[in-house]
Amino acid sequence: MLHDTVKSKLRAIVGDRWFKDDPESLITHSYDGTPMLQSLPDGVIYPENTAQVSAIMKVLQEHRAPVVSRGSGTNLCGGTVPVEGGIVMVMHRMNRILEVDLENLTATVQPGLITKQFSTHVEGLGLFYPPDPGSMAISTIGGNIAECSGGLRGLKYGTTKDYVIGLEAVLANGEIIRTGGKLMKDVAGYDLTKLLVGSEGTLAVITEATLKLIPPPKTKKTMLAMYKDLYGAARTVSKIIENRIIPATLEFLDNPTIRVVDDFAKLGLPLDMDAILLIEQDGDPETVERDIALIADICRSENAERVSIAANDEEGLKLMTARRSAFTALARLRPTTILEDATVPRSKIAEMVLAINEIAARHQVTICTFGHAGDGNLHPTATTDARDKDEIHRVEQAFEEIFEAAIQLGGTITGEHGVGLVKAPYLEWKIGAAGIEMMRGIKLAFDPNNILNPGKMFAKASRKRVVLRHG
Amino acid sequence: MANSLASMLEAKNGGGSCSELAATLKNTLDYDQLTNCMRCGFCLPACPTFRETGIEAESPRGRIALMKAVADGLMDPDYAFETQMNHCLGCRACEPACPADVKYGQLLEQARDSVERHTVNHRWWVKLARKTAFDGVFPHQGRMRFLGGALQAYQRSGLRKLVRGSGLLKLFPKHMEQMERILPDASYRGVLEQMGSLHRAAGERVGTVGLFRGCIMDVLFTETNKHTVELLNAAGFDVVIPDTQNCCGALHAHSGEQAGAKELAKRNIAAFRAAGVDWIVSNAGGCGALLVEYDHLLHDEPEWAEGAAWFAKRTLDVSKLLVEHGRLQASAAAAVAAGKTQATAPSCGGSCGSGISFASADKVRITYQDSCHLRNVMRSPEAPRKLMRSVANAEFVELYESDRCCGSAGIYNLTQPDMAGQILDHKMDHVKRTEAHYLLTSNPGCLLQMKLGIEKHGMSGRMQAVHLVDFLHERLCKTEH
Ligand SMILES: Cc1cc2nc3c(=O)[nH]c(=O)nc-3n(C[C@H](O)[C@H](O)[C@H](O)COP(=O)(O)OP(=O)(O)OC[C@H]3O[C@@H](n4cnc5c(N)ncnc54)[C@H](O)[C@@H]3O)c2cc1C
Ligand code: SF4
Ligand code: SF4
Repeated sequence: MLHDTVKSKLRAIVGDRWFKDDPESLITHSYDGTPMLQSLPDGVIYPENTAQVSAIMKVLQEHRAPVVSRGSGTNLCGGTVPVEGGIVMVMHRMNRILEVDLENLTATVQPGLITKQFSTHVEGLGLFYPPDPGSMAISTIGGNIAECSGGLRGLKYGTTKDYVIGLEAVLANGEIIRTGGKLMKDVAGYDLTKLLVGSEGTLAVITEATLKLIPPPKTKKTMLAMYKDLYGAARTVSKIIENRIIPATLEFLDNPTIRVVDDFAKLGLPLDMDAILLIEQDGDPETVERDIALIADICRSENAERVSIAANDEEGLKLMTARRSAFTALARLRPTTILEDATVPRSKIAEMVLAINEIAARHQVTICTFGHAGDGNLHPTATTDARDKDEIHRVEQAFEEIFEAAIQLGGTITGEHGVGLVKAPYLEWKIGAAGIEMMRGIKLAFDPNNILNPGKMFAKASRKRVVLRHG
Repeated sequence: MANSLASMLEAKNGGGSCSELAATLKNTLDYDQLTNCMRCGFCLPACPTFRETGIEAESPRGRIALMKAVADGLMDPDYAFETQMNHCLGCRACEPACPADVKYGQLLEQARDSVERHTVNHRWWVKLARKTAFDGVFPHQGRMRFLGGALQAYQRSGLRKLVRGSGLLKLFPKHMEQMERILPDASYRGVLEQMGSLHRAAGERVGTVGLFRGCIMDVLFTETNKHTVELLNAAGFDVVIPDTQNCCGALHAHSGEQAGAKELAKRNIAAFRAAGVDWIVSNAGGCGALLVEYDHLLHDEPEWAEGAAWFAKRTLDVSKLLVEHGRLQASAAAAVAAGKTQATAPSCGGSCGSGISFASADKVRITYQDSCHLRNVMRSPEAPRKLMRSVANAEFVELYESDRCCGSAGIYNLTQPDMAGQILDHKMDHVKRTEAHYLLTSNPGCLLQMKLGIEKHGMSGRMQAVHLVDFLHERLCKTEH
C-alpha cells in the first residue's frame, strides 16, 4: 500500500488530474495483453516530460515504491502487470516526434508515440522505419524498445534493436542518462543503448529515443507456396538463405492454422497441405524479379504442391490475407487465445513444428503454429478457455514442454515477446545459472532497491527442466 | 488471484457491500463475451474517446475490463463506473477492429440497462425527461407527430424569432442553443400522411420494399422519406409504408431501456410481416443498426425468434438496396461496379437505356461522413460510396477519417457536450480540408451534427450538409423504361 504522503508528493509533480487512484483506474491498469493475469497497482501516473519522470522516480526511490512503465499494455509476457503493486507510469502523454533529421536519417521521438503513427509519418517524408510488430497500430515506441519487438520484416531488416541508436533514460534514483546518439559509430564505453533495448522496464525508464531511418525499398512482390510435406517447406526456408537470398518476409502457417484460416476467410486453401510459406521480397525491380523467380524454383524443387506469384500489389495483398487472418481466425475459435513465442534455428523448423504437434496431441489441447519462418521465430498458439481450469493446466504443461523442446533444438524461450512474468521461470534454461547471476548483478547496479518493474525477468524459483518424451 | 484482487480493492474502497446494481450487472452481462476479450488492445486505436483522452478506462478494452471486474465481484459499480458507461459513444467502431469478435455493443447495452434500472445518480428532471421521452413520446407515432407539430408551430409562428431575439436561449447550455439553430423545419404530417401507404414501381417491378420511416426522421426529415420512396420507385421497387410501424427503439436500447425497445421491436415485426415485403429499408443508419439486430434484441423470447430473424435478415440500408438490387442505368451501374471516381457523362439526355442514373448540373465536389451504425453494425461502408461515385459531374473526395464518429451518437451530443464538441472540432478540421460543396451523410443524427459543425466553424457559405438520399434525388436524371 502506498502511503498518502507519497500520493500527495506525486500529485504535486503532475497535478491532480494526472495521478489517479480510484478503483476504475486501478482496475484498468491491472492487466495487459497477456491472458489470465491481473494484479492491482496502488496508483496510476501520467508524466508529461522527462523532468517529471525524474521527480517521480526520486519520490518512489525514497519510499521504495515499485513502478511499472507502461506503453499501451499490449505485451504478451505479463510485462506491465503490477504484481507487486506500486505505481503504473503510463507514457502516453509523452508522444511527440521531436525531430526528423533528413541529413543524418534519424528521428528523435518520445516513448509514448504509437509505432504506426511514427512509421506513417516518416513514410510521408520518403523514409522507412522497418520494425513492424503485429501490434504496431497501438503499441508504443517505448514498449517496442523495452521488449525489443520484431515483426514480419525482421529477417531482412532486423528488429527494433537494430534501429535504436540513442536513448535518454531516467534511472531508479531519478538521474537522467543519455546513451549513444546520432552517431553511426560509437565505441566509447559499454553499449548501454543495446543494454536498455529489451530491458523490459527493469533497468530504467526510457524517456526519449533516437532511431535510425533508411531509404524505402522501390518495389515489392509477394508469393505463396503450399506443401504436403513439412520438411519440404522447412528445407525451402534453409535453401533460400543458402542461395544468399534474404526475403523481406518469409512466413509460415501449419496445417491446423491453415484449416482455421480457411474456415474463417474462405480463401479456398487446400486443407490437406501440411504447410504454407508466404514470401515477400522488396528492393530494386530487377532484383525483386530475379529473387522471386529463384525462390519459386527452389519451392518447386522442394516439392511444393502449388506456387502462386502475385501479378500486382492487389493480388499480393490477397496472398497476405492468409497470414493476416491467422490471428483473427484463431482468436475467434475459443474464448482464450494464448499466443506464445518459441524460436529455433531456421533449419530446425520442421522438427519444432512436429514436436509442438506431438506435445499438443499428448496433452489433448489445440495448438496451431504460425510465425516468422525466416528467422525461426514460431508462434505456437493455444485456443482454450480460461474458465476450464483443467484444460488450462494442460495447456501450461504443453507450453513448458514446448519451451524445453525449443531449447533442445538450440533455440530460445522467446524470440520477440520478452521474458516478463510469464517466461521468468524458464530464463535459466536458456542462459544458465551464471547468466542469471550476471544479469542480477547488472540489475543491482541500475536499480539497487528493486523498484523498477519488480517480479519480472527474474523468477523467485526457476522451473525444473521436464524430460521430453518424443513420439 | 481473483479473491486477493477483490479484497485489495475492498481495502482501497474502505469496504463496501455488493450493491443491487452489482447484482443486476452480474446477471445481465454476457460472461462469454467478457471472457472472449483477450485484451489485445486492437480496438484502442479505433475508439474516439480513447483517442481524445489517451486513458485506458476510456477505451473499449478498459470498459470491458470494468464490466468484467464488476461481474467478477472485484469492484462495486460506483458513480465513476456509470459515468464511464455513459461516456462511450456507442459508435461501435471497436467491433470491426476486434479480432476476437467481441460483441461490445451488446455488452454496453446490457451495462446501460442495468445502470438505468438502479441509478440513483440522475437528477429528478433528467429522470422525468427520460420517462416522458421513452415512455410517453417515442413509442407513439401520434404523439411524435404532435411534438413535430408543436415544433413546427414554434418555428413558423413568430415565437422562434421572438425567442432567438430575446436572448432567452442564453439561459440554456450553449450546445442546446446551437442545436436549436440548426434544427430543420419540423413537420406535423409525416411521409405516410403526405403520400399514402402504397407506391408503385416505375416500369417493371424488381420487388416490394417496406419503408421504415423512423420517428425523428419522419418529423424532422419528412422530405428525405418522401425522396426515398421516389428513388426506390424509380429504381424499380414497389414501396409500402405500413401504418402500424413505430419507433425502432434504438434510443431506448442505447440508453439502457431494453424493455421499451423490445416492445417497439415486436410491433414493428408484426407491422412489416403483415405487409408481406421482400425487403425492409431504412434511410437512417442509427435505426437500421437496431433493426438488423432485432434477432439479438429478442434473443431471450423464443416465441419471437422466427419473426425477429425474418425481420433482421431482410433489413438493409437504402444505399445498399439500390446498389445491389436496384435498376440502375447501364452506365451508372458500370460506374458503380468499377467504383469509378467520377462518371464522365455530363447528363444522359433521356435516351440511354432503362433504370436510373444521377447527374449534377454543375460540377460539384462532394464528401461523405459515415454513419457509424451503418458502417460498424450494418457493415456497409461501400454502397453509399459507390452511389456517390456514379454521379456524373460530381467529384467524390474521401474525407480523412470519415469512418470516425462525429460525436453525434444518438443523444450523446446533448448528454456529453464537452466530449462531443471536442470530437466535432477534430472532425470539422478534416472536413474543411476536403473543400467540398456538399457533405453527405446517411443518418439524421449525423446530419444534424454536421450542420452544427458547419455553422459552428463558420463554413455555412461554402458548404452544405445533406442526406445522401436528398442529394441523389435532386440529381436523379433518368427514368425511362
Ligand atoms: C495481437 C498482438 C500481436 C503482437 N505482435 C507482435 C509482434 O509481431 N512482434 C512483437 O515483438 N511483439 C508483438 N506483440 C507484443 C507487444 O505488442 C509488443 O511487446 C509491444 O512492443 C509492446 O508495446 P506496448 O507499447 O504495448 O508496451 P507495454 O506492453 O505497455 O510494455 C511492454 C514492456 O515495456 C516496458 N516499457 C514500456 N514503456 C517503457 C518505457 N518508456 N521505458 C521503459 N520500459 C517501458 C514495460 O514495463 C513492459 O515491460 C503483439 C501483441 C499482441 C497483443
Ligand atoms: S480488440 Fe477485442 S479482444 Fe482485443 S481488447 Fe478490444 S475487445 Fe478485447
Ligand atoms: S462504441 Fe465507440 S466510443 Fe464506445 S468503446 Fe467502442 S469505439 Fe469507443
